Amino acid sequence: MNPTPLLRRSALALGLALCGALGATVQAGTLVINTDASDPAPKAAWEYLAKSFMAAHPDVTVKINTFDHEGFKTSLRNFLTAEAPDVVSWYAGNRMAPFVQAGLFEDVSDLWTRDGLHDKLKSAAPSMTLNGKQWGVPYTYYPWGIYYRKDLFAKHGLAMPKTWKELLAVSVKLKAAGITPFAIGTKALWPSGGWFDYLNMRVNGHAFHMALTSGQVPYTDARVVAVFDRWDELVRPGYFLANHAAIDWQDAIPAFVKGEAAMYLMGNFAVDLMKKGGLSEAQLGFMPFPKIADLPQAEDAPTDTAHIPSKSRNKADARRFLAWMARAEVQARMNEILGQLPVNREAARPADTYLKEGFTLLSNAQGLGQFYDRDAPAEMAKAGMEGFQRYMVKPDSRKEVLERLESVRKRVYK
Amino acid sequence: MFPTPIERASAPTRWLYRAALPLALLLWLLPLIAVALTSVRGQADIAAGNYWGWPTQWQAWDNYAAVFSSTPILRYIGNSFLVTLPTVLGAVALACLAGFALGVYRFKANLLVFFVFVGGNFVPFQILMVPVRDLSLALGLYDSLSGLILFHIAFQSGFCTFFMRNFIRELPMELVEAARIEGASEWQVFHRVVLPLVRPALAALSVLVFTFIWNDYFWATVLIQGDHAMPVTGGLKSLNGQWVAQWHLVSAGAIVAALPPVAIFFILQKQFIAGLTMGATKG
Amino acid sequence: MPATGAQGHDGWWQRHQRALAPWLFLAPAAAMFLLYVVLPIGQSMRLSLYDWDGLGTPVWVGLANYVELASDPDFHVALKNSLIWLLGFLLAVPMGLGLALLLNQTVFGIRAIKSLFFFPFVISQVVIGLVFTWFYNPALGLVDKLFGLFGQADLAVLADEDLVTYAIVAAGLYPQIAYCMILYLTGLNSIRPDLIEAARLEGAKGWQMLWHVVLPQLRPASFIAVVVTVVGSLRSFDMVAVMTAGGPYGSSRVLAYYMYEKALSEYGYRMGYGTAIATVLFAIMLVYILFVLWRIYRQERELG
Repeated sequence: MNPTPLLRRSALALGLALCGALGATVQAGTLVINTDASDPAPKAAWEYLAKSFMAAHPDVTVKINTFDHEGFKTSLRNFLTAEAPDVVSWYAGNRMAPFVQAGLFEDVSDLWTRDGLHDKLKSAAPSMTLNGKQWGVPYTYYPWGIYYRKDLFAKHGLAMPKTWKELLAVSVKLKAAGITPFAIGTKALWPSGGWFDYLNMRVNGHAFHMALTSGQVPYTDARVVAVFDRWDELVRPGYFLANHAAIDWQDAIPAFVKGEAAMYLMGNFAVDLMKKGGLSEAQLGFMPFPKIADLPQAEDAPTDTAHIPSKSRNKADARRFLAWMARAEVQARMNEILGQLPVNREAARPADTYLKEGFTLLSNAQGLGQFYDRDAPAEMAKAGMEGFQRYMVKPDSRKEVLERLESVRKRVYK
Repeated sequence: MFPTPIERASAPTRWLYRAALPLALLLWLLPLIAVALTSVRGQADIAAGNYWGWPTQWQAWDNYAAVFSSTPILRYIGNSFLVTLPTVLGAVALACLAGFALGVYRFKANLLVFFVFVGGNFVPFQILMVPVRDLSLALGLYDSLSGLILFHIAFQSGFCTFFMRNFIRELPMELVEAARIEGASEWQVFHRVVLPLVRPALAALSVLVFTFIWNDYFWATVLIQGDHAMPVTGGLKSLNGQWVAQWHLVSAGAIVAALPPVAIFFILQKQFIAGLTMGATKG
Repeated sequence: MPATGAQGHDGWWQRHQRALAPWLFLAPAAAMFLLYVVLPIGQSMRLSLYDWDGLGTPVWVGLANYVELASDPDFHVALKNSLIWLLGFLLAVPMGLGLALLLNQTVFGIRAIKSLFFFPFVISQVVIGLVFTWFYNPALGLVDKLFGLFGQADLAVLADEDLVTYAIVAAGLYPQIAYCMILYLTGLNSIRPDLIEAARLEGAKGWQMLWHVVLPQLRPASFIAVVVTVVGSLRSFDMVAVMTAGGPYGSSRVLAYYMYEKALSEYGYRMGYGTAIATVLFAIMLVYILFVLWRIYRQERELG
């Protein structure tokens, strides 16, 4: 039942009249792509993709509409239900679930079977599969981990921590030397989610983390509380940059570059800014998040994807485009531009040191998380990350935060 | 006159007042002066934390050139004009007609209709948001300049009708009666008698609506998604996301975005203030 | 003036022209206003009784959204902040009056000074918000330097749940004070000099004069200043969106922003819940709208 049927009908009639008057029709052989690739590197990668595809398929003209990164997240729903493009960029995991369930993404399982993608894109297959079908093509992913100042560690006689105990010991020494152990900026909320992901995966393991983010475990569960016991050991002594709630993750980089903070749990995309800030490879090290419980390692590695909207008017070309995106040489070149890892395992990987280390880490991981705000449904993710931020600012609010999250969980997953 | 004119005060008080005025002004405009200064600073000043001292390098050209060449701000500004000008035209035109109807004719529902326009003008935008968005989607005008323009015209016609109606009511009705006796049709009364008389109100109203629409941010974020139709307010917000910590660029962008309404204000100051107070004090 | 235009037509139009004309003149504006403003209010209220994610079919839930609101801590914070906005923003009225009194002189250059004082009002709230965000930045802002004088260095007001709303209100006051100032300046212009002089002869001065003689005459200006300030405060969306996006952890949310967040933001898409918040906001505003209309109604009756 639609609450606005009459208005909608009359509006539709008027709209049709207007459209007719404007004569807006899309040419056949035109492929419209909406992406949120507004930053320089992603933009260049998509431009390469469009150009290479057109060179190989001269009968198709590709038109890319670039949207602001944050705006895209809200606008996706709108253009999927109204004027749908032929291909959209998006994210794997739970993030694509609402659109699949609402019937807005096209089933592309045929493409996966035909081109052997189950094997070539193996690492991302679970996060692209829903109800036994595949709903898009993943083209890039990137590792998370702790970036640290090798030079500062050396100066203070510190070794790279491998266990939680060692991490705490290092933090004590750094703090004593007047250095904040961890850089972070949580104004945009999500950096706090990275911390929760890693602590939870290290304390309770990958399977538990997945169960929690899919709503099967209460946030007041003793195992979740145990995560916060560990987190307390960093928050209470003040091991995170003060005022992190006031700044974005980029704003925290100067503190890291200037040596006011020594470690930064971040995605690989931060390396570019760290290097631009003046850090050399001799200064900048990468380490896996230390072990806490005796569990197989799991890592965060968010995957970016492309999908065909169900309302696309040129699905044939859209399928050809997705097939093109899945190819090893295309993914290799795209990720060379992006500075990230290709999902296709036959693709050549970038030579960058940090990516190499990250790739090794991910290859040996027992499981991969898509990141808290992609694994948990949007509303839960928002409440969760807000709670994490609040906890990090006011550790005493922890009980209240968890109870609040639990009440949100009960509602969101019902 | 109140307060007592300063000329009647003692000489020291007079001089104190004259000295205090520019000082107060400086303090009042400090935020804007700081932005203007920052917009011409070089990267080195920003990195060194020199935000409040005199700039050590002057990079006005570089900063503004960077804003124009590496961002779509020119397009945003173009969009703002493409939204604002038709809205001003449309809302003022509709309001002339409706204000004429409500100001000249005595009919039963007159006051009720007038109240709907006035009351609607004060509603919080949020109560309109979801239905207006759905309506725009259904019309196929979502994420388009025309969709935004249509909404702005509709909403502004509330305030503008209120304004025009009050203005027209103050006109001498004898002129209307005289024209009717001469056999003028109602349209002719509107077109030949009333319209020429409301010209000053049109100018004032246009300047006012221009500023309102230019500065709109909420509806731009609700009805527009992509750069192709984004006005400068929304564009500036998203640029701010890309320019983290690059305050010299943020400042330059902010100044560019604020320039058109500020320029219009200083050029058409009399009309602007007349409009603001004419619409207001008669309420 | 040629007066023959309508005479050639048949009698019906001639007879009914006067009665029909107002409706014809009204039609375009009324239709647009009805479609985009009046009907949506009813639709929003109706939608607030549904659960709808914007994709599927809306499901009737009765008053469930309102029941949930009653126990939603985020809503309570937003409601409280909206009230802080309402009260805090009203400071713009006396401050605007003060500024107007300061500037209501005829010294050389006063016109230019008045317009320089006023022009922050014509700048978009997005720009004002960006400027003040920078001011409040702990590492480099001016406000931080001021606090530093009192030994409170590195105070990040926009990340402090107790200060953040006041900090944003203060930023919002900047253009609003200018607005109230200009309303009062115009009001002061139309004050009757004879009343002032008469009061002066009776020995009235300063505050006394202001309170008993000047303010009563400024009532129309005060009225409109209060109305536009109240309306402005409940529309406080722009500043919150630009400066904090409701953060830290939701502590600077206001109803207008929370509604948007729930209904349209990346993490929301609860259209029914969002419109329920909007309906509450509308109900608060309705008090003022009715007050304004009642006043206009009285004026109209006096005018006859």
